[in-house]
Amino acid sequence: MNQIQTPDLTLAEPARAKAAPFVKVRDLKVKFVSREATVQAVNGVSFDLARGEVLCVIGESGSGKSVMMRSLLRLHPKKRSVIEGSMLVGDNEITTVSDKKMTELRGSTISMIFQEPMTALDPLYTIGDQIAETVMRHQKVDRDAGMKRALELLELVRVPSPERRLKAYPHELSGGLRQRAMIAVALSCNPSLLLADEPTTALDASVQIQVLVLLRKLQRELGMSMIFVTHDLGVAAQIADKVAVMYAGRMIEYGEARDVLVNPQHPYTKAMLASTVKDQHKGEALEAIAGTPPDLRALPPGCSFAPRCKFAVDACRAAMPEPVSDARGHYARCIGVESTGGALRFAAPKPELALAG
Amino acid sequence: MTLVTETAIDAAADPRDRGGPAQPMLIVENIKKYFPIRAGLLNRKVAEVKAVDDISFYVMKGETLGIVGESGCGKSTLARLLMYLIERDEGNLVLDGDLVGEKSGVPIDALRRSLQMVFQDSYSSLNPRLPIEQSIAYGPKVQGIKPKKAKEQAQDLLGKVGLRPNLFSQRYPHELSGGQKQRVNIARALALDPRLLILDEAVSALDKSVEAQVLNLLSELKEQLNLTYIFISHDLHVVQYISDRVLVMYLGQVVEIGPVDKLYSNPKHPYTQALLACRLSMDPDERVDAAPLAGDPPNPVNPPSGCRFHTRCPHAEDICMAKAPALGDVLKATPDQHLAACHMAQAGSGHSKAPATLAELFNI
Amino acid sequence: MSVIPADSASLPAAQGAPATKVRGYWGSVWNRLRYDYVTLFCLGLIIVIILLAVFAPWLSPMDPEKSSMANRLRPIGYKKYLLGTDEQGRDMVSRLLWGGRVSLMMGILPVVFATLVGGMFGVVAGYYGGKVNMVIMRTMDIFFAFPSVLLAVAIAGSLGGGIGNQMLTLTVVLIPPICRVAETATSQVRALDFVDAARASGASTISILFSHVLINVLSPVLVYSSTLVSISIILASGLSFLGLGVSPPTADWGLMLSTLRQSIYVQPIVTALPGIAILITSIAFNLVSDGLRQAMDVKA
Repeated sequence: MNQIQTPDLTLAEPARAKAAPFVKVRDLKVKFVSREATVQAVNGVSFDLARGEVLCVIGESGSGKSVMMRSLLRLHPKKRSVIEGSMLVGDNEITTVSDKKMTELRGSTISMIFQEPMTALDPLYTIGDQIAETVMRHQKVDRDAGMKRALELLELVRVPSPERRLKAYPHELSGGLRQRAMIAVALSCNPSLLLADEPTTALDASVQIQVLVLLRKLQRELGMSMIFVTHDLGVAAQIADKVAVMYAGRMIEYGEARDVLVNPQHPYTKAMLASTVKDQHKGEALEAIAGTPPDLRALPPGCSFAPRCKFAVDACRAAMPEPVSDARGHYARCIGVESTGGALRFAAPKPELALAG
Repeated sequence: MTLVTETAIDAAADPRDRGGPAQPMLIVENIKKYFPIRAGLLNRKVAEVKAVDDISFYVMKGETLGIVGESGCGKSTLARLLMYLIERDEGNLVLDGDLVGEKSGVPIDALRRSLQMVFQDSYSSLNPRLPIEQSIAYGPKVQGIKPKKAKEQAQDLLGKVGLRPNLFSQRYPHELSGGQKQRVNIARALALDPRLLILDEAVSALDKSVEAQVLNLLSELKEQLNLTYIFISHDLHVVQYISDRVLVMYLGQVVEIGPVDKLYSNPKHPYTQALLACRLSMDPDERVDAAPLAGDPPNPVNPPSGCRFHTRCPHAEDICMAKAPALGDVLKATPDQHLAACHMAQAGSGHSKAPATLAELFNI
Repeated sequence: MSVIPADSASLPAAQGAPATKVRGYWGSVWNRLRYDYVTLFCLGLIIVIILLAVFAPWLSPMDPEKSSMANRLRPIGYKKYLLGTDEQGRDMVSRLLWGGRVSLMMGILPVVFATLVGGMFGVVAGYYGGKVNMVIMRTMDIFFAFPSVLLAVAIAGSLGGGIGNQMLTLTVVLIPPICRVAETATSQVRALDFVDAARASGASTISILFSHVLINVLSPVLVYSSTLVSISIILASGLSFLGLGVSPPTADWGLMLSTLRQSIYVQPIVTALPGIAILITSIAFNLVSDGLRQAMDVKA
């Protein structure tokens, strides 16, 4: 097993040479503790994100993708969650900054958009009021300036007849417009990092694509970094520069969007792509992944995907494999993956060989 | 009349069959449902939501009919109308040759045994306070099967949908994953030994890998139990995979219907074309730079005049605002006919892109 | 065995040992309650209070209605009077024990009756909706228009005093809020898909109400009702205090508070005793219902 190299994340990241990454997460672990069980939601996630880059985190429900992202805003209840590791956003170490500083960061430096805008927008205030309020709070300006900024923002997110929508309440808007209004609220103080938690999942396909095109445009125009959580590979293909695949709280594959989505190496990523319904022939059974995601209260030792993996050998169950990385920063955590000739290559591990190692 | 205890032994000669193979399993004739909107002091009707507006179609035996459309197009209302969960304003259902609910026809109770539904939201579709075995056995018990027999049947069904009865039968819904709950939902729908299953967004809330498991399960059950499916979904990939024929709905009306291959390779209605264009590719090199459809679906309270799609249609002309295009007689059409309610698809409609009529072709 | 790739069947290793034991709903409620020490303590306290009240005839050292002119308003610990005496020289320990009987009965029985009646109306209103709902809920609204104390005073005033009338008064006052909670819970359950699934299987309304609706409405209604116990005790005490409830010389915490209040400057601590008893009992009931609500709240 000595051909398996530990990737040097700082070297693997090409952006590193130019500028320090804007977001630097190292060995992040998030646990939720209750009387009955400890849920290990995130189990050692490390990644860098440069300014103006979009990272898509793909995973099924329970993969820890949302938990990971929410910890960047420290949104978890303090009493019941344990966060370990380090999260650097700009110069701020999220794990240690004061509550006051955190409140300041939320909405100004780091902003978030959610899946269900109705839960993120206040039903009792007009869209204009809500945007103006955020602007007034963070930029210490008066109400008129806040409203002016609100109008600008609605224009920015391409809401038709924005003057009229300023005075609209959230329930008076359609799903797509509501999502745009929430994006406007999130952008109101020029965040450097936008967190998006499945913002298009609840939308119709025709509206989803509108929102994706808009988000990509805004992200580029405003030079924001973005972390976008989704379970839909198609959405990731639309918006991501980098893609990370999460399973049981770990990033099991990471790399350029093209590398991960077109040339996946980890058996889980491969299986997920294969099981997605798309142009398969009718009457041909889909290549479903058997079994269910692991119970985060009692994670098996070793590779968490091993119980469902058709290539699994004994060595997989012994320890979680270290990431194997290629020159472009594409890495996968699987003992079957090798880095040869500057690219990753997966070969089903042979049981006896793996046992010997 | 069929007895619930009967099971399909031979798919070819289903004892429950009455009308023969050429008789559609279900014919829906001009079904209509307007929901009144009431307001004001006297609770007067101020407007109507035209949720399902004069829809006709049929499903052949052993067929899977896919129904697609955006949210608010009336797909779910249609499903509930077929299940008699809401009262329809107008229209008829014909089940295997017999009119439903009329004196001479099939009683609603029998319809319920032949027609069952799998719901979308796996959280609210199972009673959180009942072990799943009881949820499955409830229907048969209601229909007069002895509790012990119903329990055995439920265990059997759990096995059929891939959940080991000894491990799962006493579990409560909150102890199951989304995919497992959806399997229970399917088992419950199968408990009355139905012939037609309505699947209302049955896989939409599931993770992709689980979605594939459930779709495979549905295909196998269809074979085993000689089922007919009406598969309602907004996911065009899934509908393409599972359906034989596809029906496209927009604002309470059918805009296009046809065999899946014809409809996907050659969509005639601009709405179907746009929906197909909205499918996301999984290749980052095939990114979309402009959304194929602008705006949200209009409000079904006051649908646009003429063709309801003209407000979002890139090909809209005056005729589209003035006159609603006809779909053609769906009930007389053969299953392999491809119909679209669009002026561009109909010769002589007055639309500049309409195909030429014979008279125009020969310059008479 | 079928060949379908199943969530479980194909994966015995992953599913062999479910992380949590399969328990029923009530099992899981108890499991959560078991670690909630505050709730358990209050539950114990309530049991003790109930036992004290039930066994008052055997526990009380003296006759609660026997006065002694010589020993009026004695302080705590005076001779054989452990908690002193009241303004007529009656033993406070005995009166508190006996008074607990009446007060607890006033706290619990009206709530039980109101839960049965109000719950039934609420479930019917919530399930049927439409006109039935309007008739029932608008009627309840009429009662809601009055503050509960005022309503209780008005009803008790017109019915007259006595234990039976007091209980009837409290029941009538408690029906509307319980009815409303039951109605809200039912209409929420009514909208869930499993009710439609039951209807689609051809079940009758009665069957659906009993098999599917009631068990889901039960816990919110029970939790809410349990908060009303303390309110009922306080209302009953209030009525007795105003002379609209139990008539003297019967011991009742509210009545005791009322008659002792003139002596507040003479024996402030003894005077406060019935109030403390009301306070402890109602807080205990409130905390238990709070704990119950948390334990019964099954989400995930």
